[in-house]
Amino acid sequence: MIPTAFDYARATSLDDAIARLQAAGGAGKLLAGGHSLVPLMKLRLSEPAVLIDIGHIPDLAGIRESDGVVEIGANTRHHDVATSALLRERCPVVADTAAVIGDPQVRNRGTLGGSLAHADPAADYPAAMLAVDADLHLKGPGGWRVVKARDFFQGVFTVDLAADEILAKVTFAASRASAYAKLHQRASRFAIVGVAAALETGGGIIRTARVGLTGAASSPSRLAGVEAALAGQPATAAAAAAAARGAGDGVSELNADIHGSAEYRRAMIPVFTRRALEAALARAGG
Amino acid sequence: MTSSPVLPKLVGQRVKRREDPRLIQGRGTYVDDVKIAGLQHLAFKRSDIAHGRILAIDTSAAEALDGVEAVFTGAQIAELLGPMPIGTPFPSPEHRAVAADIVRYVGEPVAVVVARDRYVARDAADAIAVDYEPLPAVVDPEEAMSGRPALLHADFPNNHAVGPLPAGTGVGGDGTVDDTAIDQAFADAEVVVSQRMVNHRLAPTSIEPRGVVAHYEPGKDTLTIWSSTQNPHILRTFIASLTGLGQDQVRAIAPEVGGGFGSKINIYGEEYVAAAVSKRLGLPVKWVEDRSEAFLTTIHGRDILAYVDLAARRDGTVLGLKLRLVADIGAYNMLLTAAIPTLTMTMASATYAIPAIRATLTEVFTNKTPTDAYRGAGRPEAIYFVERGMDMLARELGMDPAELRRRNFIRPDQFPYTTQTGAVYDSGDYDKVLDRALEKAGWEQLKAERDAAQAEGRLVGLGLSMYVEICGVGPSSGLPTGGWEHAQVTVERDGRISATTGASPHGQGNETTFAQMLADQFGVPFDHVTIRHGDTAVVKQGIGTFGSRSQAVGGAALHLAGGKVKAKMAKFAAALLEAHEADLVFENGRIAVAGAPAAAKSFAEVAAYAHRPIKLPAGLEPGLSDEAFFEPSNNTYPFGCHIALLEIDRDTGEPRLLRMVAVDDAGHLINPLIVEGQIHGGLAQGIGQALVEEVVYGADGQPLTGSFMDYAIPRASDFPRFELDNTVTPTPVNPLGAKGVGEAGTIGSTPCVVSAAVDALRGLGVKHIDMMLRPERLWRIIQGGQA
Repeated sequence: MIPTAFDYARATSLDDAIARLQAAGGAGKLLAGGHSLVPLMKLRLSEPAVLIDIGHIPDLAGIRESDGVVEIGANTRHHDVATSALLRERCPVVADTAAVIGDPQVRNRGTLGGSLAHADPAADYPAAMLAVDADLHLKGPGGWRVVKARDFFQGVFTVDLAADEILAKVTFAASRASAYAKLHQRASRFAIVGVAAALETGGGIIRTARVGLTGAASSPSRLAGVEAALAGQPATAAAAAAAARGAGDGVSELNADIHGSAEYRRAMIPVFTRRALEAALARAGG
Repeated sequence: MTSSPVLPKLVGQRVKRREDPRLIQGRGTYVDDVKIAGLQHLAFKRSDIAHGRILAIDTSAAEALDGVEAVFTGAQIAELLGPMPIGTPFPSPEHRAVAADIVRYVGEPVAVVVARDRYVARDAADAIAVDYEPLPAVVDPEEAMSGRPALLHADFPNNHAVGPLPAGTGVGGDGTVDDTAIDQAFADAEVVVSQRMVNHRLAPTSIEPRGVVAHYEPGKDTLTIWSSTQNPHILRTFIASLTGLGQDQVRAIAPEVGGGFGSKINIYGEEYVAAAVSKRLGLPVKWVEDRSEAFLTTIHGRDILAYVDLAARRDGTVLGLKLRLVADIGAYNMLLTAAIPTLTMTMASATYAIPAIRATLTEVFTNKTPTDAYRGAGRPEAIYFVERGMDMLARELGMDPAELRRRNFIRPDQFPYTTQTGAVYDSGDYDKVLDRALEKAGWEQLKAERDAAQAEGRLVGLGLSMYVEICGVGPSSGLPTGGWEHAQVTVERDGRISATTGASPHGQGNETTFAQMLADQFGVPFDHVTIRHGDTAVVKQGIGTFGSRSQAVGGAALHLAGGKVKAKMAKFAAALLEAHEADLVFENGRIAVAGAPAAAKSFAEVAAYAHRPIKLPAGLEPGLSDEAFFEPSNNTYPFGCHIALLEIDRDTGEPRLLRMVAVDDAGHLINPLIVEGQIHGGLAQGIGQALVEEVVYGADGQPLTGSFMDYAIPRASDFPRFELDNTVTPTPVNPLGAKGVGEAGTIGSTPCVVSAAVDALRGLGVKHIDMMLRPERLWRIIQGGQA
């Protein structure tokens, strides 16, 4: 639990942080909440030469909505997401997710951007970002680019983010009929299986559904079969249960460890898909 | 003279812990807070394989790093230190503080670095290259008993560390074994239940890991050693012995100690190495364990499996018990390792008058971290095996599990009761504690609720467990260090009281409870009493805190020392008041003549007089200070009854505890608030074993639970509100009637939670489930049951 030697720099702006990343030539790491990075450094699984602290960059944290689009700054703490009145009212799946991340210490330090960029396969946020079809706004030396959440996550700890880019914010359309359900790993409190659902309903019908899965497999994914099965169905618990039934069937590269075998994880996908869908439907306006 | 305020009696009151304000404000001094000019830091290079021969070790790159003072390999440490001693009479293989030729578990030290700071030390340890010839590893104790695929120690065939060792009915002191009675019990049985059960391995995980600072001063030829230990005096004894110093030359200090749960009884290799290296280099050195090291190298607990056979008549009368035990003790014997599983045999009779018992114990070496005392230490295993067996018997007989237990209780008039395995229970009233628990839980209604929930298809179960355990450890016959405790009480010149205790606390709150006792004994304010501990230069003698002994043994010593000082003080007061000492009462900060309250002296006046006795009463020396050693005549045997209601999620297998009732009898209680804290902590660990905690190794001996990411400890959110109550059955073995309570919660809770889970699944034909209750394990049972 003793890290190797490293330098520390406090970035004053996004451009300053990007310049420092470039100067570090691949040996720099961004420090946000530090709740994934610092433990890895203590275990010497990560040995950055320089930590670039982005925690003091102005305007990188915060939650706002304009024209139906919600924006969350990358430095926003899980606790602030979990307790955001705006999110709880307008897009509860995101607040649900933040509320069950780790423990109070993690939620008070960890950040949305840090979690997404780290891309632990058992992290909670990816499922929610997939369900709300979030846009991830990245800034690099050449300026801004926007990546869809579904394209961002590429594998275990692997994302579409260059070594000199910073994830600065996420944006998404608010989804009221949305929820997150999770099977906790009882030591780490990461997700053995986590399912986020966001539904668009009207006239008693599910018009569209997006369902994101995390924890179960090597990287987060959308449950396309469930989504297709829900579209056009009545907005009822029975329809949700029917659509959830085969939710685990097509999922590949399932994780397995002492906390849950691949078989168990596959079996838990429909359970938590159903729970997420039922909770989302309960929030649907009608 | 002004009248003093009336001081309340404090013994038996819920006095808040005086330790807490400094601890929760970060103002305590722990080992890692100790700073000395010139302090060097140690880091250990540790084996990353479970079993292998060291072919070569290259320390040159480490030695070349700037800031590295020295590097010692196992062979070089062997020149400074002999093999580590153990504290049990069993034969033991050689165990070096730093391995020189063969490593036998992941985490075993192979070299140590001395450097100017922790970071350089760790860099240097990483720079040491070790070339191993890997050897096969064995992790399953029953496989290890075949001697294959690995034999850990050449002189211990089939990896048998101890035994098979018989105990119980028909076992003679000369080692002869007569099975007639136990065979007859099973021949007479109308019902026999048999089950293999595992009481799995746990990591103690105290919040403060281990740590040591060793400071040898060449000019004085003395060594001061700070350690996060439960027993500084025992540490001093062993450190002196292995470093070739006299006990007068070694001072051991236990500063604030952030928990131990038994794991800090041991004297570990790192402590011996720190002392030896400091002596060799003439420099102060520090080593503080990190959490990764703690999981690998601090002793583990439990890890005993049992083949349980209970013989009974149809009316529920238990006729006999067979308990064949296999203890997986890991790679080496530590201080008390070999003795712990023998306590499982000792407690095989539990709360029952079982007429014939045959216990057999084999202790086995495997390529794992050594085991030793962990909260409960051998007694939780005994109670688990017997109580799960009783639960199975109740099911087999279709009898209420409370009623079955009641029919077999040792009756109050049978105490002191000698069990078939040789324990002499001091006192008990098991019906009383069972009745209280059934009433508190609402047993009959709970059963109805359980039945109603099950009828709805919910997997709700009810579990009950009785327990009796060993506390107040214990007579000197049972401990190689001696089993007494020591205290010194001094009334200072100003009338305030200083006292020392050898029962060095690591969270027990003795600064509070002992001050309560002395305040009452002398009739002075609580704030006028200071309790010192944990420093062999201040505390003249001591054994330490383990085996739930600090109150029952340490408190008794304090009471006796206080009595001596009070008697002497009465003589001084009698001289001042021209009264007879037998007529004096100590209360409200005064010493007064009984029945004549106007005739009184303040406590401070008498204290001042005793320290400047211009007219010294005949036969008295000046001063008010005395000491006492208390040697108990027996251990104490507290007991209780725990009841759990639990529900299993049918979809996921997740167990959830709905109610937890614990009624405990620890004799007289000094501070019920602290007792409840002990029960809460014990319940958390006992329930934790059932529900979330387990040390897991891969087949290659690699630990799979090396951090809190994989080793779960329970959180407050895992529990319902604990429902506590107590009965009071004093012990006759000490003047306080207090039995001890530190381990109780871990003992009764585990079997009742598992029994509740089995009960929840009874509709599926489940008779037993091995802990811990992983959701996937329960889910598979549910799936199988439905299939």
